[in-house]
Amino acid sequence: MGELRLMKGNEALAEAAIRAGVDGYFGYPITPQSEVIEYLTAEKPYERTGMVVLQAESEVASINMLYGAGATGKKAMTSSSSPGISLMQEGISYIAGAEIPVVLVNVVRGGPGLGDIQPSQSDYFQTTKGGGHGDYRLIALAPSSVQEMSDFVPLAFELAFKYRNPAIIVSDGAIGQMMEKVELFEQMPRMTDEEIRAKYKWATNGKLEDGTRRIITSLDLDPYKLEEHNLKLQKKYKEIEENEVRYEKIMCDDAEYIIVAYGLSARISQKAIQLLREKGIKAGLLRPITLWPFPTKQIKELVDSGIKGFLSVEMSAGQMVEDVKLAVNGKVKVEHFGRLGGVVHSPEEVVEALEQKIIGG
Amino acid sequence: MAEINIQDIIKPENLVYKKTRLMTDKTLSYCPGCGHGTAHRLIMEVIEEMGKEHDTIGVAPVGCSVLAYEFMNIDMQEAAHGRAPALATGIKRLWPDKVVFTYQGDGDLAAIGTGETIHACNRGENIVIVFINNGIYGMTGGQMAPTTLVGMKTSTTPYGRDVAQMGNPLKITELVAQLPGTYYVTRQAVHTPAAVRKAKRAIRKAFENQVNKKPGLSFVEVVSNCNSGWKMTPVDANNWMEENMFPFYNLGDIKVDGKLIEK
Repeated sequence: MGELRLMKGNEALAEAAIRAGVDGYFGYPITPQSEVIEYLTAEKPYERTGMVVLQAESEVASINMLYGAGATGKKAMTSSSSPGISLMQEGISYIAGAEIPVVLVNVVRGGPGLGDIQPSQSDYFQTTKGGGHGDYRLIALAPSSVQEMSDFVPLAFELAFKYRNPAIIVSDGAIGQMMEKVELFEQMPRMTDEEIRAKYKWATNGKLEDGTRRIITSLDLDPYKLEEHNLKLQKKYKEIEENEVRYEKIMCDDAEYIIVAYGLSARISQKAIQLLREKGIKAGLLRPITLWPFPTKQIKELVDSGIKGFLSVEMSAGQMVEDVKLAVNGKVKVEHFGRLGGVVHSPEEVVEALEQKIIGG
Repeated sequence: MAEINIQDIIKPENLVYKKTRLMTDKTLSYCPGCGHGTAHRLIMEVIEEMGKEHDTIGVAPVGCSVLAYEFMNIDMQEAAHGRAPALATGIKRLWPDKVVFTYQGDGDLAAIGTGETIHACNRGENIVIVFINNGIYGMTGGQMAPTTLVGMKTSTTPYGRDVAQMGNPLKITELVAQLPGTYYVTRQAVHTPAAVRKAKRAIRKAFENQVNKKPGLSFVEVVSNCNSGWKMTPVDANNWMEENMFPFYNLGDIKVDGKLIEK
């Protein structure tokens, strides 16, 4: 068993970054995720593993530092919260276009605008439907515990490098701030410069000995070539959709009704299905772990198994519910429930919503 | 008069100039008469002469030189508009022994990228910034740049730059020279053989500062022409530059070895 600690989600994520052998973290403070950079600067990761930590002058600068660093084949990471992630969208689009494997973290807070600093899930569209310009996708992992804040860091890097695609960990103000027991994984070694040069031939870290030079760009002025590049990206996204869907099913086997919820809403909904079952209602929970790729196939299978209705529970006005509806394709009822603007719903509210909107409605 | 066959005079003993192999054979996308090509070549010659071909990463901007990576035959990254110093920071921090430079125009460096420029300079990133200032947005069709002179006509200042309306031209090079993070700040030109020789020495010094890990950033401005944007012949553009640009953007070193030059 690994080392056990009581930690905040943000701290667990920061510790995981050091242990995952990350080479560089570039970030800008914003509530509710400032503990990430505070923890990193206090821990002196440069002495522990050689990891570089730099406070940038803005989120715009952080994401572009990440672009430069990631394009050399090193493991680079940033974290922010909703308004800061909005500022990064330009850079994220370039990174996706240039196929740079980096890891981003969004500890989501209430919006729109400056919003507030309470937990929210209203950045689902921004995360999974683009955010920046152009046809691109981010691999999106949604932790629902402090443990997963730690575990998803190496997983995000593994996926990012496997597909040369940016990956994002989508957390929220509650998961980031709350303290839970976490089992930390063992320190992983950082790759040496020589290993990086040998392994990632696409990376720009100085021409190879044989004279091969590399270019990192998202530009191609010839529309036919750019279309070709886009088709290549789409082919990769298809492959990710086929191979990397992650989800958790709780009490779905005999369920008549399914709640679909991720992150903090999944924790709350887990309690809700328990309360529903105490009332004799057979409810189950499908928790998407990857928001993209979305567990569309799994929802279709549930529809085919005779599920009578789905309730999408998110701390938003109803964003993920659109993907649930696309998967269900009109065959049974799909409704949304969620509190907005940083308000967190209670399990009782979720129970009531399922009873009224799905069973009674 | 006997007919001269050109093949007969291509002999090693007649060779007076050779293109550095760190420039690709691709035809430059710049207008005839533009200074970009010369500035590219000087940087690549310096990198070749310093033996840093395998250790250099360049960052291209958005603007006329957006395709610099097609001409500079080394590892290159293409940044978003204005963000090159942030990319360069990310690279240099993780590869401190590599040579990292950005190549940026005036709109990129002194308008949309002002924040990234000032903070990279102020942190004293051990990189080289080469800044091409032609006082106009060339690629998008000759609009006003932050460095457009007062009274100068562009496609967005058709009656001349009016200070009351459009503000003053920005001497960002003098500005970054004031920051403790810059180690070497100079302003050069590439429109005459003498200027080219001086500019090359300045670029060489900037890269040597980086390789020798001198504390701070080396910043080389090149005041250049834009005959297309200025709507002049190349010769007229160079004359106009000498008469109008140089009196405002004075050539010469501004800061050497971390010390401001007294004027």
